[in-house]
Amino acid sequence: MDLAVVILVEVLYAIASLVLISAGLAVVFGMMKVINLAHGEFMVLGGYTVITAVGLGVNIFVAMLIVAPLVVGLFGLIVERLVFRHLYGRMIDTMLASWGLSLMMIGAFKMIFGNTQTGVTGPIPGLTVGDYQINGYNLFIIVVSLLLLAGMLAVLRGTRAGLIARGTMQRSDMAAAMGHSPDRIYMTTFAVGSALAGLAGAVMAPLVGIVPTAGAGFIAKAFITVIAGGPSLVTGLATASGAFGLVNQAFSFLVSPVIGDVALLVAAVVLLRLMPKGITTRFFRGRL
Amino acid sequence: MAETVLETDGLSMRFGGVVAVDHVSLKVRARELRCLIGPNGAGKSTCFKCLCGLLKPTEGRIFLRGEETTGWDPHRIASLGVGIKMQVSSVMNGLSVHENIWMAARRFMPARAAAQKADEVIERLALGSIARTDLGRLAHGERQRVELGIVLAADPWLVLLDEPAAGMTADEVDRMGDIIREMTRTAAVIVVEHDMQFIRSLASTVTVFHRGRVLMEDHVERVMADPVVRDVYLGKQA
Amino acid sequence: MRGDARKDTLVVLVLGLAMIFGLPLLIDPHQLTVLVAYGMLALSLGLIWGFGGVLCFGQAAFFGLGAYTFAIAGINIEESTLPLILAVLIPAGFAALMGAFMFYGRLGDVYLAVITLVVSLILFRWLNTTAGQGYEIGAARLGGFNGIPGFPILNVPGRPDLPIWGESLYYVAAFALLIVFLLVSWLLRSSFGRIAIGIRENEERVSLLGYDIRARKTVLFAIGAGIAGLAGALYATWAEVVTPNLFSLQQSSEVIIWCIIGGLGTRFGPILGAAGLAYLKFQLGQQSGIDNMFIMGLVLVIFVLLLPRGLAPEIARFWLWLIGANRRTARRRAPRAGGQNG
Repeated sequence: MDLAVVILVEVLYAIASLVLISAGLAVVFGMMKVINLAHGEFMVLGGYTVITAVGLGVNIFVAMLIVAPLVVGLFGLIVERLVFRHLYGRMIDTMLASWGLSLMMIGAFKMIFGNTQTGVTGPIPGLTVGDYQINGYNLFIIVVSLLLLAGMLAVLRGTRAGLIARGTMQRSDMAAAMGHSPDRIYMTTFAVGSALAGLAGAVMAPLVGIVPTAGAGFIAKAFITVIAGGPSLVTGLATASGAFGLVNQAFSFLVSPVIGDVALLVAAVVLLRLMPKGITTRFFRGRL
Repeated sequence: MAETVLETDGLSMRFGGVVAVDHVSLKVRARELRCLIGPNGAGKSTCFKCLCGLLKPTEGRIFLRGEETTGWDPHRIASLGVGIKMQVSSVMNGLSVHENIWMAARRFMPARAAAQKADEVIERLALGSIARTDLGRLAHGERQRVELGIVLAADPWLVLLDEPAAGMTADEVDRMGDIIREMTRTAAVIVVEHDMQFIRSLASTVTVFHRGRVLMEDHVERVMADPVVRDVYLGKQA
Repeated sequence: MRGDARKDTLVVLVLGLAMIFGLPLLIDPHQLTVLVAYGMLALSLGLIWGFGGVLCFGQAAFFGLGAYTFAIAGINIEESTLPLILAVLIPAGFAALMGAFMFYGRLGDVYLAVITLVVSLILFRWLNTTAGQGYEIGAARLGGFNGIPGFPILNVPGRPDLPIWGESLYYVAAFALLIVFLLVSWLLRSSFGRIAIGIRENEERVSLLGYDIRARKTVLFAIGAGIAGLAGALYATWAEVVTPNLFSLQQSSEVIIWCIIGGLGTRFGPILGAAGLAYLKFQLGQQSGIDNMFIMGLVLVIFVLLLPRGLAPEIARFWLWLIGANRRTARRRAPRAGGQNG
């Protein structure tokens, strides 16, 4: 029984971390069809922000949940204005430019923070369940990801901004015809996506050692989760994360963590073969 | 009696709840010129796409020269010797007129022979002056002529044309008509068209589509005079 | 048309030989050798992407496979001729399998690109775990992230006692590149090549002409992989060690960047991009002021924003002028990297 709880927590955690990692990219890709290959680096930026903020005495939760998203969101805004704005509609050029940006960021991290691994300690102690220890922080992550999904649904369904966002996702020209500047919508969307990436990186920082090249590990998983998710933003994110998180954890548990990662990648390839445009083109169509 | 080169048996195409083509049975003979007409949404273009292999029919069968080709991929159908020209101009923009036509011919003959064939077709369609120009730079009428050339180059025994006269000037339409008539010396030609005058000038058997079904099939003059057809086309110029 | 072909071949030979013998006077042949290997790798991607329209983000995978095959086969056979051949055939075979999986599955361009990258990363991840006993192919240990050292380097065919290295290796590699370049040129002029270009232009139309585009793309993809594999073998014999880094995200990105900077749509553009950028990287490696990756990234961003076609249009123009080609042969527009927006 205790073991079941532990396993359940681990599985939920795997799913939750995928949700967190992929949310920012899903927003940006789902809304604007922009594939930001620097997404991993945006997350790492969030991580470094937390480390720096905590080093300056800021409370760790404030740093993770407020400071990091703000900083990375602002950064995303600047980058959007400078680079991506000129490349809309050119999907592959966007990928390439974002690739260049990612390299620049990695280089910058190396220069500023050096190559060694830095980190922060997890602020939540472990819990004991029966004979097993679980990392309390994992629970925190699960909660954050659930709140995130709920928040996204609430914004999309309940607010005016969300409605405009949904409209633009479907027909950007019509949204423009109704007086909403697509330019501003894209700018805001990219900033929000960046902020989410920053949040993810910040929250993951205590668990993952932050090195300049940590982004590469995130981007692959985020990328395939987003593409496998398909057009529905929240549902796609949830289902793809659910599927891959489960596979990842299963194989990690049965064999080894590395094989778990490999299994995730293999599952992605198989899934894309069967449903090339994503899960939510076949199941849960039309949902948000 | 000439052989049947194309036959459909109960051909149907459904998209969700919409029945675009409803149990259509056609028979076209060798070297026959057949026009498929009907108001917008009548199903003629969808039927056309099924014949080309771009759509897999939900029901029914298609036979080309006696061989069943239902559900075949477009390239298999084309390699039987079927020439296809779609409604939307679909050519290789970055390549020259000669290259485009060469590629069509090359499927059925070696490279050098294909180059010669391309030269012949270019001559025949008076495309000599633009033979080396990239397709992307040509005017619409010229592109349509090149598309015809692409179809001719393969020496097909069946030609499927979807709205060949669209967007052309009266002169160009006349010339198109001549070319089509000439094609029937060696091939059966099926034309999907809207332009009534053009269809009249082709003077052939006409199959009228209405709501996915075949309403009537007869010589164009008789069809034009028929009151039911008139009703269906109410408001259209005949 | 045939006159142009002959002129083209002649100019390629003249310029090629000039470069092969001239460059060592400016740059150390040892360094040139790896530039040649990278150039060949870039050419392979330029072929399938620039001319064939097949977007592949994981070309490094075939490079790595070629290198590893050369190493592993070399350790087991102790002579280099068969390993060299295998280094071409195994990546090509692997690509054929991948191609069958991807092209027949009707995946869109972008997803194709991602899957090829993902496969490369899978190999990277897995190879990094293969340290120690139990991970052997014949007599060769995979060696995990340390890779495989100490395999026989290239030797004169049939004479394992006569290794080829140093300056001789440079000449062998350079001539290999020249020959591959000529073969690629011939391929592009052939019916297969011209139809491949047609497929890049308008896939649906070409299939309506009766061509099986899935089979053709798979074949082209395999050819590109074979060339990349050969480049990998050349790299292996130069470096004398093969590591999983050959499959890394970094290596994969570099190949793409070389092609973008050099420009797609010409044969020489990617080679120039590869050699130029790799050389730049070595030079930058000497200085430690600004991080290399930062500079590479900056260069890429600037090129995408300002010169999306890379240097290719200028190269193409120069080339046409050189061979005095018929101006009325309207300029083949080099496809933009974003040309296949999906």
